[in-house]
Amino acid sequence: MTTAAPHDVPHTVQAGTPDLAARFPGLVAPDERSGYSGWIVTADHLVQVATALRDEFGYDLLSSVTGVDYLPEGKMEVVYHAFKTTGGPGICFKVQTGRDDPQVPSLVSVYPGAELQEREAWDLLGIKFTGHPDLRRILMWEGFNGHPLRKDWQEPYYEDEAKPFKSRSPEGHVYRFEDRNPFGDNVRYPEDFDPEKWTPENPEDLLYKSLKTYQAESPDGIETDHIVVNMGPQHPSTHGVFRFVVALDGEKIVNLKPVMGYLHRNHEKIGERNTYLMNMPYTDRLDYLSPMSNNFAYALTVEKLMGITPPERAEYIRVIMAELTRIANHCMCIGSLLNDLGAFFTPMIYLLEERDLILDVFEATAGSRMMVNYFRFGGVARDIPEDALEKIKGLAFERLPRILDEMDRLMSENEILRARGIGQGVLTAEDAIRYSATGPLLRGSGVPYDIRRADPYSIYDRFEFDIPVGKNGDIYDRYIIRLEEMRQSVRIIQQALKQMPEGPVMVGKPQYQFRPPVGESYGRVEGPKGELGFYIVSNGKPTPWRYHVRAPSFINLTAFGPMCVGQKVADTVAILGSIDIVLGEVDR
Amino acid sequence: MSEELNGKGILKGLGVTLKRFLATYWDDIKWLGRRYRTAEGISHRSSKDARGIFTIQYPEEKLPPPEEFRFVPFLVYEEKEDGSREIRCTSCGICSKVCPPQCIWIVRTVDPATGRPRPEPAEFYIDIDICMNCGFCAEFCPFDAIKMDHDYELAVYDRRQNVYGLEKLLKPVSYYAQIRPLNNAREEEARRIKASTRPPAFVTGEKE
Ligand code: SF4
Ligand code: SF4
Repeated sequence: MTTAAPHDVPHTVQAGTPDLAARFPGLVAPDERSGYSGWIVTADHLVQVATALRDEFGYDLLSSVTGVDYLPEGKMEVVYHAFKTTGGPGICFKVQTGRDDPQVPSLVSVYPGAELQEREAWDLLGIKFTGHPDLRRILMWEGFNGHPLRKDWQEPYYEDEAKPFKSRSPEGHVYRFEDRNPFGDNVRYPEDFDPEKWTPENPEDLLYKSLKTYQAESPDGIETDHIVVNMGPQHPSTHGVFRFVVALDGEKIVNLKPVMGYLHRNHEKIGERNTYLMNMPYTDRLDYLSPMSNNFAYALTVEKLMGITPPERAEYIRVIMAELTRIANHCMCIGSLLNDLGAFFTPMIYLLEERDLILDVFEATAGSRMMVNYFRFGGVARDIPEDALEKIKGLAFERLPRILDEMDRLMSENEILRARGIGQGVLTAEDAIRYSATGPLLRGSGVPYDIRRADPYSIYDRFEFDIPVGKNGDIYDRYIIRLEEMRQSVRIIQQALKQMPEGPVMVGKPQYQFRPPVGESYGRVEGPKGELGFYIVSNGKPTPWRYHVRAPSFINLTAFGPMCVGQKVADTVAILGSIDIVLGEVDR
Repeated sequence: MSEELNGKGILKGLGVTLKRFLATYWDDIKWLGRRYRTAEGISHRSSKDARGIFTIQYPEEKLPPPEEFRFVPFLVYEEKEDGSREIRCTSCGICSKVCPPQCIWIVRTVDPATGRPRPEPAEFYIDIDICMNCGFCAEFCPFDAIKMDHDYELAVYDRRQNVYGLEKLLKPVSYYAQIRPLNNAREEEARRIKASTRPPAFVTGEKE
């Protein structure tokens, strides 16, 4: 940390956010790098400032925590974005530390929602969060060599700092990577480390130890112990390769830890080698059930950096596509939730039918059912073809309202759903906020926080729609508000279809390479699963210096353990289903 | 929930299922068997009016890909009257630069006499195992030389065959016009306008 600027130096404060430098003279300084905003907090006072932000200023939702490796300056920076659940713009604050032994106090005591995110920053960037209750690797495995998001870390198939690679043309003599990196050699280990022989020194010290926070009770003097059960990574209810470990007292859960990373491909490192445009199709593969939403968030973030806005028609198309994606996602979520509860496949298949009709629209418009790659900076790739537009109209005005009512009749009164949903997996509103939950998980707990309303982006301020909230914060509430959200999405699509003007769908000439101005940008959308944010740092080159995804599936899992404690082991399946995760996004 | 309501949800739900079940047969009767394995039947079953059975019996039945559908790219060549092929690609390398997973490999032709590059590819490879079907190459090629295909049945027994060379990538412009008629017409129109507004070559030649 450099010395804080004297607080009498005039600095601009973003409207609606507090002047932290005035509140904490000498401890907080405005971030005055060109293109940056927010505050730089001295590491020693981070907890104090964060507590004040939460308690005095009302920034109760710590949305995103990530790190940036400023290699040339020899610094590491941890970047926090906090918001108020009552709405309005957020506040960004940062802590800087040296690169050699980066240490930053953990914020888990103030915002428990930072738990998984700090573990991720430790894992990928090697920033130690002192005071973190369980600082282990999270996406990579224990024993992995190095911290892959550091700028001086290179992958075994490393070719160049940035794409496009020189070897492709005009002298592009093809080879296959696997021939140069045969299986077994394609991972680099520390010196004298053999994965075949390695076992963690004491497994108790790692994952399982972190579970044993409870003392086994033995009222009758007989020594009892908790049973540790592994669910996954290959388990049909985990919706992918996801694993969680539960400590059980009989059938009752006393502790639960999620284990992830099985699908990790270091999306962010790939993103920092790609040019800005190249990242667009990669975002499809994050939450592959709602690709339009991913495109949307990424396009917004880069547009913010470049200072461009898309034309009117493109804005409407974006909203229509994002809402269609929300319906498709919720179809999938509700369908698989009911599957998990034991309503085998009937609701799932019915809902997949609607999803399929929506995917038909995506295919006709974007060219692909799931990997849409449809948004461009400053618009969308192409206009909606005539027949696809007709299909959207048919869906929005005729079919979907009817089907949603039918699904309501089919499922909402179902006894199994009610018996296994009502009062189960309760997350209180306070806890939901503390654990940084967003999306239906947060609203199911009764917090009416929807970014489309709280901090409107694109043209969402033009539409009328309600924000459904739950009362009890249980599985059933999360189900019912998803159903209601689909109805609201249909409403938005209907309005958008009526208001959509003719015109171009793209500003300027499409460019495949450009250099945005130096600076940072955080863009977010209300994705179907929660707040999907992108944090990008540009150093004026064609590739981003830092490209971070604030993945709602990942962060919502912070609340998974606490929600399960006290439930029966079979309920974990239902609770996980009601969070709605996609492993492509959790593991990135 | 009160006791007397028990079972109502299940009955309601079963009603929905029964309705779907009957709708399948009702539509079968209405369509007199033309609902399956006919183009109209398939398009009806994937329209907003679809009721009852919805599935397409692949591979006996296939959903027609919409024009914008994109799968691994191919290279377009013009068919000359004498039967020779003129490859549109000039080996400018733009597609290999925009390709996000960097799966396009191009070797430019060098004129053996002059040692200068000639605008056509000597070799052109796409590793379709790596291609993510994003469509950027087709979007940014300035010569309409590379386009996204509709053929999605590419299974092979040995994945080493999945590095496509020129022979496998080249397809005639007539094929392109058949799978993407609107796009092709639009591009032809654009080329025609460009050609007609460009001053004749000798005028520019004199200025230079
Ligand atoms: S296909 Fe198009 S972009 Fe690629 S090298 Fe040939 S002319 Fe250039
Ligand atoms: S479709 Fe995309 S990934 Fe495939 S070759 Fe073209 S640019 Fe590369």
